Amino acid sequence: MGRLGTRVTAVDTRRFVERFAELIEQNADTLTELDAAIGDADHGINMRRGVRAVGERLAEEQTTPGAVLKTVATTLISKVGGASGPLYGTAFLRAAAAAGTKESLEDADLVALFAAALEGVRQRGGAQAGDKTMVDAFEPAVEALETALAQGQGRGAALEAAREAAHAGSDATIDLVARKGRASYLGERARGHRDPGSLSTALLFDAAAETLSDNGS
Amino acid sequence: MKKLINAIESFVDEACEGVVAAHPDLVRFHREPRFLARAAAPKGRKVALVSGGGSGHEPLHGGFIGVGMLDAACPGEVFTSPVPDQMDAAARAVQNGGGVLFIVKNYTGDIMNFDLAAELLRGDGIDVRTVITADDVAVQDSTWTAGRRGVGVTVFVEKIAGAVAERGGSADEVEKIAKRTSEAGRSMGMALTSCTVPAKGSPTFELGETEIEIGIGIHGEPGRERTKLISADEIVERLAHPVIEDLGLKRGDSVIAMTNGMGSTPLIELYVAHRHLAKVLAGAGVTIARALVGNYITSLDMDGCSITLLRADDELLRLYDAPVHTPALRWGV
Repeated sequence: MGRLGTRVTAVDTRRFVERFAELIEQNADTLTELDAAIGDADHGINMRRGVRAVGERLAEEQTTPGAVLKTVATTLISKVGGASGPLYGTAFLRAAAAAGTKESLEDADLVALFAAALEGVRQRGGAQAGDKTMVDAFEPAVEALETALAQGQGRGAALEAAREAAHAGSDATIDLVARKGRASYLGERARGHRDPGSLSTALLFDAAAETLSDNGS
Repeated sequence: MKKLINAIESFVDEACEGVVAAHPDLVRFHREPRFLARAAAPKGRKVALVSGGGSGHEPLHGGFIGVGMLDAACPGEVFTSPVPDQMDAAARAVQNGGGVLFIVKNYTGDIMNFDLAAELLRGDGIDVRTVITADDVAVQDSTWTAGRRGVGVTVFVEKIAGAVAERGGSADEVEKIAKRTSEAGRSMGMALTSCTVPAKGSPTFELGETEIEIGIGIHGEPGRERTKLISADEIVERLAHPVIEDLGLKRGDSVIAMTNGMGSTPLIELYVAHRHLAKVLAGAGVTIARALVGNYITSLDMDGCSITLLRADDELLRLYDAPVHTPALRWGV
């Protein structure tokens, strides 16, 4: 077992979720504006309602990372609605299952957790990379995390790589035509607009990079 | 934004309270999780019809609760699908052992949230069936999109499946007629103006003074084309012909026709539109067996209309004519 600071605890997980909530609050209007362009103008509004409810339910008695993640999952499923509720809810639910009842997580657990979350999103929404959805940010982020850790980089550097990959993936959705969700009805007219779900996913990896790195953030 | 809105947060709840204030004999309101249900439970075992979706399409779905139609409806936030807790609670509240039919419009969020609820209910041994409406012919390339959107035919599915459920039909029978009705209907809509989602406060899309959108969705999703303003008759033709072609209507066929307002269109304009729809159908040798003209599936304050045609036969007409007593549809009682 490594130094205590090198493992992810329930406290770290809670900080991660709280940071995600802050980033959603700060970017809610942007997310809604992006959704207005190619969807139904509610992504920021719905996510903000969800993370506010999460904030109310996070508590000391969730003593494992898995318990924190499960609380986030059930709260998002019952508060967000739209497509993002089931998608983010499923992501956190699968992450919680991957974390299990472990007191704390090491790097390999973290990779398994994010990979399980991605698989949940793919299954629930049926989207592939290139469909102009949150998968376009999620998938490269998980791949970057895996690759960096496999190359022996530290967790902080690996999460930084994941964050950059998520943002690059989100940027790349601007040039795509959507094949899932309401944006798919736009055809060519969706080109030139960023997918809002890909941006909220990039914010998720921003939060991870800022709170889960092992160098005392 | 000038609106009859007290507060965004309580907007949907207050509207639900208003439905109950107007129709306490028909509808009751459960606040948390949110659903509307029949005020009086039906006598005897019956398949429970549960629908729902984002708010902003009134009278769909809450206005169609009552004898001969829905048992419960789950209103989400404006244009946002309801959450699984709502459908789970609503279905448990209204089912009495005969099974449950979910009527779901084909939108990514609605499908996923109803799916999650169905999983929860089936886990407790409740028989849940789902019919998905997907009748919007404006969506042409359904292979590369989320598929056709569920719009006007949903009203007919709720009415006709409701009639079979009310007379004691089995879950199999109710599911079968719901699917048959869903497949027999097609729709297309258009917008003269955008709608405004209250929480956003500004129009969802911009249309110039002399522009219209043909093939609009009920949340303002763009349609087939944006074009210059044309006459009411020409608009009706642009909507009716794709619907007639897609249904494959032939001389001698008969239909139930709905000319529906999007929310801000005066009834007098809807009648002008329906007048020409009748002419177009007559020209094609198609009889209008029954007609609905009014606001049945709306898009907040959007100005525009949609046309839905349901290929009719004796069975569907008989079920359509069966008694119904809801806030928004009432006949035969």
